[in-house]
Amino acid sequence: MKAKYACQSLSHTIARRDFLGALGGAGAIAGMNTIPAFQSQLLAAQVAAKKKRVLTVFLSGGASQLETWDPKPGTLNGGPFRAIPTSVPGVHISELLPLSAQHMHRMALIRSVNTAESDHGRSRYRIERGHKKSPTADYPHLGALVAKTTELDKSTLPGHIHVSSGSGSRGSNAAYLGPKYSSIAVGTSGGLRNSQLPGGMTATLNDSRQSFRRMANEQFLQRRRTAETDAYLQSFEQAEQLMQERDLFDVSKEPSKLLEEYGDHDLGKQCLLARRLVEHGISYVQVSHSNYDTHAENFNFHIEQLGEFDQAFSALITDLDRRGLLESTLVLVLTEFGRTPKINNRYGRDHWGRGFSIAMAGCGLQHGGVIGAMSDDGMQIKDREVNQADLFHTYLEALGIDPTAEFDIGGRMIPIADPTGEAIEELLA
Amino acid sequence: MNEESQTEDETAKLDFKSVHIDKEWKHDAPLIGCRFDPSGRFVFSTSMDQNLQRWNLEDGQKVALSGHESWLRAIGFSKDGNRAFTAGYDGRLCFWDNESQSTEPLKTIDAHHGWVRWLSVSPDGNLIATAGNDLVVRIWNSNSGDLVHELKGHQKHIYSLFFHPTGDFLASGDLEGKIHIWETNQFGKARTLEAKALHTYHTGQQVDYGGVRCMDLSKDGTELACGGLHKGTNPFAGVQEPLVVVLHWQTGDEIRTHEATQITHGILWRLHYLQDGTLMGASGGGTGGFLVFWGKEEKTDVHKFKLPNTVLDMDYAPDSLTVAAAHHDGRLTLSRLTEKA
Repeated sequence: MKAKYACQSLSHTIARRDFLGALGGAGAIAGMNTIPAFQSQLLAAQVAAKKKRVLTVFLSGGASQLETWDPKPGTLNGGPFRAIPTSVPGVHISELLPLSAQHMHRMALIRSVNTAESDHGRSRYRIERGHKKSPTADYPHLGALVAKTTELDKSTLPGHIHVSSGSGSRGSNAAYLGPKYSSIAVGTSGGLRNSQLPGGMTATLNDSRQSFRRMANEQFLQRRRTAETDAYLQSFEQAEQLMQERDLFDVSKEPSKLLEEYGDHDLGKQCLLARRLVEHGISYVQVSHSNYDTHAENFNFHIEQLGEFDQAFSALITDLDRRGLLESTLVLVLTEFGRTPKINNRYGRDHWGRGFSIAMAGCGLQHGGVIGAMSDDGMQIKDREVNQADLFHTYLEALGIDPTAEFDIGGRMIPIADPTGEAIEELLA
Repeated sequence: MNEESQTEDETAKLDFKSVHIDKEWKHDAPLIGCRFDPSGRFVFSTSMDQNLQRWNLEDGQKVALSGHESWLRAIGFSKDGNRAFTAGYDGRLCFWDNESQSTEPLKTIDAHHGWVRWLSVSPDGNLIATAGNDLVVRIWNSNSGDLVHELKGHQKHIYSLFFHPTGDFLASGDLEGKIHIWETNQFGKARTLEAKALHTYHTGQQVDYGGVRCMDLSKDGTELACGGLHKGTNPFAGVQEPLVVVLHWQTGDEIRTHEATQITHGILWRLHYLQDGTLMGASGGGTGGFLVFWGKEEKTDVHKFKLPNTVLDMDYAPDSLTVAAAHHDGRLTLSRLTEKA
């Protein structure tokens, strides 16, 4: 089925402008249903000047809340690690995160997330899409949502990038927003692959062939324009832009001392590349750290994995702060679920979606804040339960985006965020 | 190594194929470590409630000892058994008086940054070696608690220690399967052995896995048995099999490996050579808890004994006939390597 998101119809154009208006905080106009109205180009310019970005570090497999942000030392479920003080008096985290602890005054923690899921795929869907997975509807990844809602008119670079050990592939995670907002995967080794002109192809010759391509496209599009053709066209333009900006993806351009600070491992390089990308204005960058699915030897593996994470994350926050980017960047440390408080007979912890932690840093937050609490044994949420919908409302508000606004997708109004959720107001600046 | 307590009569009674549980006691938290004291009065266990338990072997009475702020699995003793030494994941080394009723340590030393996984006491009882996640082996005076020496050279976490029965060497095994042999007179490194089969880097899960989890020396002093795991096809799910790599003590050459049949989810937590030269291992994991026995010539086990719950540690008593096992369900089992009376 062809989506009409890119049909350039009057209704779509209005809706998009309405949405940009919402970014500027404009109120709704009577007669336009629930869609906040676009008031002026000036507001859009202000949005552009204050463009917000999101940088997510995703701890794949389900990182243990007890070994990270919500330690329970001295309890039977607490495991062997101790809690350490942070830069915020009274807030303690696991001793496996000594460097991150020094950034707590730039961070906020949520210790009471409940996705009600213990399946990797379904819970990750909730965390990354803000909705329960449904057989009848698909929802866009947070990255697609952010890329769409913070998009600037002249931007041709992709707005939604996942940094990984592989590279080059395009995700299929934008749902009704269309493939333009699906993630592009880039790697860290050797910069952006296949981004140089093939041997024998001069820049002049390349310009000529691209001009010819555009001319042919225009003729074709006059009569047969669809969402797919638009996405196809945009992919070519984006590829051209990526080739011109390929140095952006080369972390070896950074000083060696900074590379050392981030760590000589994949996650360190990926976080450094992520910083380069958000600095360049990419709306959403996601790094994944594999893997935390520790049904056995949970404690040994968390030492190993969190040693890398702590170094890279701390360097990332320091670097963003030093460059003044933390004021406009929302940093998220997500995971699909936590791990069972009860320790199994293999020194492992299993899947646990009914009360785990995520961390945030950067723009729009009450820094040093800790929301929610688990019982002493870690089994029950005893304060301020939140779910994936609440999280999405919170992220969007932290970015200055009205989570109650709607997208107009071919005339169908779709809420930006699950309307059952509410932002965690006490966490917002 | 319990040669001092060996008698011909005891050797005659050893029959590992008749192994059976003689006693079992219960603690209210999962047990993770156990050791017999050399005097034969006590067996000690450690547990996930961060405590140490001293069980009287005569009547099973238990005294809980508290002094660590984390789990502990490393236990050793003075030669006469009057003192116990423990080291924990809090990096502490604690001294305990087995003669008193006190439940607190005599002495506490901040020994390492990070976990201490193993502790070994020299055969003369004068030195304590501890191995930390800070990649250092530290040698301590067992009377004063003074630091005597530091041994550096491991690149990965140190998992196990073993004092040679002559006291002239100390072996330290790490996650990568490297075993450094240190001379104890000058504390220099004599050589490095490798049990590579005990280490895996899992590219999919991006983790190092395995390690030299335990060691013991054959009775003739020629073979160092190193225990751990292999076939770690899914480390995060505990899919791996127990493995022993036997190395020549002097040359480091791999002599043979021993595997355990039908244990598809297990790790060897402890190894002991029995008085008759049979190698005994304790395997714990998803397949359950087992005592596994290997003859010198056989690659696979010659006997297995399934314990009532998975095993996280094992020790061999000074009487050479009793085996203690620490179980996740809180049980401490005492098995006899003899025919049932």
